[in-house]
Amino acid sequence: MPAVTEDEAYVDPADYSRAEVNAPLTAEQKTGFYREMLRIRRFEQVALKYYNQGAMGGFLHLYIGQEAVAVGTVSLLGKDDHVITAYRDHGHALAVGMGMNECMAELFGKATGCSRGKGGSMHFFAPDKNYWGGHGIVGGQTPLGLGLAYALKYKGAKGCALCYLGDGAVNQGAYHESLNLAALWKLPVIYIIENNKYSMGTTIDRSSAMRNCLAERADGYGIVWDIANGEDLYEVRAKTANAMRRAHEESLPTVLEVDTYRYYGHSVADANAKKYRSADEIERYKNHHDPIRLWKKRMVEEGVFTETDAEAIDEEVKAETNAAAAFALESEAPAPETIFEDVYWEVDNNTEAGSTGRHFFGD
Amino acid sequence: MTPITMPKLSDTMLEGTLIKWHKKPGDKISIGDVIAEVETDKATMEMEAFDEGVIADIVVKEGGVVKVGEPIAMLDGGTSAPKKAAPAAAAPAPKAPAAPTVPGVPATPKPKPAVAADGSRAKASPLAKKLALERGIDLSAIQGTGPGGRIVASDVPQSAAAARPAASAAAAARIDVPFSGSDKKIPLSGMRRTIAERLLASKTQIPHFYLAMEIDAGPLSRLRKEVNSASEASGTPKITVNDFVLLAAARAAAQHPKVNSAFAGDSVVEYSGVHLSVAISVEDGLVTPVVREAQNLSLRGISAAVKDLATRARGKKLKPEEYAGGTLTVSNLGAYGVDSFYAIINPPQAAILAVGAIVKKPVVDSQDRIVVGHRMSISLSGDHRVVDGAAGAEFLATLRKTLESPAALLL
Amino acid sequence: MPLTTYRKALNDALAEEILRDENVVIIGEEVAQYNGAYKVTEGLWERFGDKRVVDTPISEAGFIGMGIGASMLGIRPVMELMFWSFAYVAWDQIINNAGQVRYMSGGLINCPIVIRGPANGGTNVGATHSHTPENFIANTPGLKVVCPATAYDAKGLMKTAIRDNDPVCVMENTLLYGESWEVPEGEYLIPLGVADTKREGTDVSLIAHGRAVITALKAAEILAAEHGIHAEVLDLRSIRPLDEEAIVRTVSKTHRAVLVDENKPFCGVSAQISATIMEKCFDELDAPVQRVCALDAPAIYAPALEPIQLPTAERIVAKVLQIS
Repeated sequence: MPAVTEDEAYVDPADYSRAEVNAPLTAEQKTGFYREMLRIRRFEQVALKYYNQGAMGGFLHLYIGQEAVAVGTVSLLGKDDHVITAYRDHGHALAVGMGMNECMAELFGKATGCSRGKGGSMHFFAPDKNYWGGHGIVGGQTPLGLGLAYALKYKGAKGCALCYLGDGAVNQGAYHESLNLAALWKLPVIYIIENNKYSMGTTIDRSSAMRNCLAERADGYGIVWDIANGEDLYEVRAKTANAMRRAHEESLPTVLEVDTYRYYGHSVADANAKKYRSADEIERYKNHHDPIRLWKKRMVEEGVFTETDAEAIDEEVKAETNAAAAFALESEAPAPETIFEDVYWEVDNNTEAGSTGRHFFGD
Repeated sequence: MTPITMPKLSDTMLEGTLIKWHKKPGDKISIGDVIAEVETDKATMEMEAFDEGVIADIVVKEGGVVKVGEPIAMLDGGTSAPKKAAPAAAAPAPKAPAAPTVPGVPATPKPKPAVAADGSRAKASPLAKKLALERGIDLSAIQGTGPGGRIVASDVPQSAAAARPAASAAAAARIDVPFSGSDKKIPLSGMRRTIAERLLASKTQIPHFYLAMEIDAGPLSRLRKEVNSASEASGTPKITVNDFVLLAAARAAAQHPKVNSAFAGDSVVEYSGVHLSVAISVEDGLVTPVVREAQNLSLRGISAAVKDLATRARGKKLKPEEYAGGTLTVSNLGAYGVDSFYAIINPPQAAILAVGAIVKKPVVDSQDRIVVGHRMSISLSGDHRVVDGAAGAEFLATLRKTLESPAALLL
Repeated sequence: MPLTTYRKALNDALAEEILRDENVVIIGEEVAQYNGAYKVTEGLWERFGDKRVVDTPISEAGFIGMGIGASMLGIRPVMELMFWSFAYVAWDQIINNAGQVRYMSGGLINCPIVIRGPANGGTNVGATHSHTPENFIANTPGLKVVCPATAYDAKGLMKTAIRDNDPVCVMENTLLYGESWEVPEGEYLIPLGVADTKREGTDVSLIAHGRAVITALKAAEILAAEHGIHAEVLDLRSIRPLDEEAIVRTVSKTHRAVLVDENKPFCGVSAQISATIMEKCFDELDAPVQRVCALDAPAIYAPALEPIQLPTAERIVAKVLQIS
């Protein structure tokens, strides 16, 4: 796919800042997007620092480079719109409004974490913010996203489900089964493929067969699809808004492929993050396609804020991030007795069913 | 000044080798700059800066091996260390959380106290062991009736007192019997204990049946008299009636292997040789030493063998293996004037012969005349699991024929 | 009491729950217009329409996962698997999503979903269609699993499963669908985690679940008539949660246990019950715990052999005699 290697391929003649959904944006809102993207980046930079110090376990899949996708899409959500994603989930979590403290504490495996230290990096949830995770198995969340849409339609709510997946997940069977059901039953789900070009350590041309792009596969199911340039927050919003309108008004699914790029490896443990791609490529994206850098440039050009304002925002975000790290460090590990909590609803809620028969085994 | 520490660059990395420095003291660095190359357990990786500032000092030289979290350089003007957590961030390694105690599964009932081992090696079910412990009964005194001889609950008597009829009369389970100062209490000898245990087991576990027969011992008496008068002349030892009976029994048993066998639970073993256990009374009880391959011996041979065993038995000189391996037992109380009796089978054998005294009594002869007869009573106790009545009777018939025409025994 | 088939009892349970709760929806392959591959859902689509009874394509990973997602938002889907054997293509959804999402979210999410269908061998459909995965489900904390043996239990357990706020797997049996039992008219519920003594006895406990209960009852008849041995038959009904107290009670009464299990022996349900007996009532045992399981090979097709691969009354009787 030429768009992967040629910078110019992303240039769209349309100026999405004038799109219907973007034209009315206030300076405050636009500044807010900048702050949100920066929050995600700084949060992950600090997380990486502590991961490298051995302060947390497991995997850490960084979203750095893809921030405009989560912030742009989530910025459009209404009260009946829901979000579900895979394991590269910090960006979406912060974008929907989860606090840095509980997210950072979850990475540290602390009791104050958003999942009480039971989920870790890949499993952030906030149902009160319509955020349904945070799922560890590639493609496994795609039928769940479909189910959210099914429930919305069943209840007659005018909402939709944004279900994110990576370019590696499009080859999982569950995703294709979900597309078939979504089209068959006209469910208001939007599959957002965050195409960062690498399926773990395998390039897209070595993992996915396609004619022109991944979203185009939706044609086979009769589903409307589109592609968006993930470095342009305006475009991400505009294309997502189209899909959401289709979901809300016509109860139809959409597949939206967003071109984007991750600067780090598949996870921090990806030893070959700089071997299956060139250092030049990474540098090129950082210097010419970084969504935060581009947004800042555009905002300065639009006169929304100045470089100095941007630095001040950065300082505030750094302070917030460092405070979150301090919070996480100071938080207590979960108490051992919590191991048996949050397994069964009936047990947790001390119902008759929860106290009938043995639920846990061992000694 | 904040330390730059060895990063954890993989999920399994514990230490790293500093391969190459890309920065030197005085260099200004920002987040994301490659500052060094580090070899991990997986690969050589570039190490990026997580803080901004100026390198103040290089702590670890190229080639140095450093544990994750230990300082490799010092940074001046690092800005992203959290204020409140500064000491923790500056520390080389995160504070290890206190090892949590592993919680028990909730709603677990308290475990019952473990039943103390009773020290017995008897094969017994857990329930039988528990009951025996509760009732104060020694499992080693109990014969198991479960599969493979396992002691099961029904083998354990209700109480130590009730153990009298059921369990071993001997053994450690004491039975309360009337006893006053003038009475004598004799502790059980090993032999007494063995007799008690074995014969109790036999009588309670083997389905005994009994056959009896009276034989004409006239010819036997006359032949014995003749043989012994010859012996007297030659100075050889006298032959006893029992010697004749033993040899006749051995030869009859060789012809009727069903009585020369044992019950083995899932099979019956018929022995190829007749190894006669001979009941010999000794001071404290009785022993049953074995005459091997008795069916092949001569009358004098069997006589000599029994005499030797009896002498040594009374002198307690028998070796354990001389008691073992009998296939048929003969008990003769004729010398004590007992006319007839029935014996308890000597397990695991399938039969025992009980031989009485030769007594004179009126008998009806073949011409229907009442004459003075020399009669000897013989009984057979059989294990019905192995021997049936007819088989036992056939054996006795052969035995009678042999003893009533005893000359063949001299051959 | 009227006699009702196992199939009809399930059908009644589903209909009653559809009427009771507007969020209950029946979803599965050919459950609606076709009336159900095994007719468990017969007539429901005609009665309740497209919204409440939904036909799916052959797409287990997709529609089971969809049901789980919908349950997170408060729908109470009752998902039919034509065979539980087909769950294996939806395994990630069942185990990772239904089973773990509550835990991974620190208790923020729950999945009040029911996944039901037959899980049995014995019908000459070969290894791929004869799986009994109740042990796999029970091995997953977060999931619940029940295996009704009679029409009465099937109805009561199904209704309770639908009302439960955790994911419950109901494993039925095609060989039982047409069998009849006494089932009272009107509504009743059977709690999960409560075993049922199907036959009282004093000499040995036959502990079973699902159709193995019926086989155990036959064996108990033979033991009484031909051997004078009075076997007690305990039907576990629910595997997780498990009624351990009932197991301890019956073993403490008879002191002997033979576990009957159409599961395979290695790490099967009976292996767990055996461990439970060892842990909880070792001193009550008068003989080693014995098991009669499916013979440990993939389910064979050959009609001549398949019946002996599953536990038979004869095998149970022989095993009981071995320890009596």
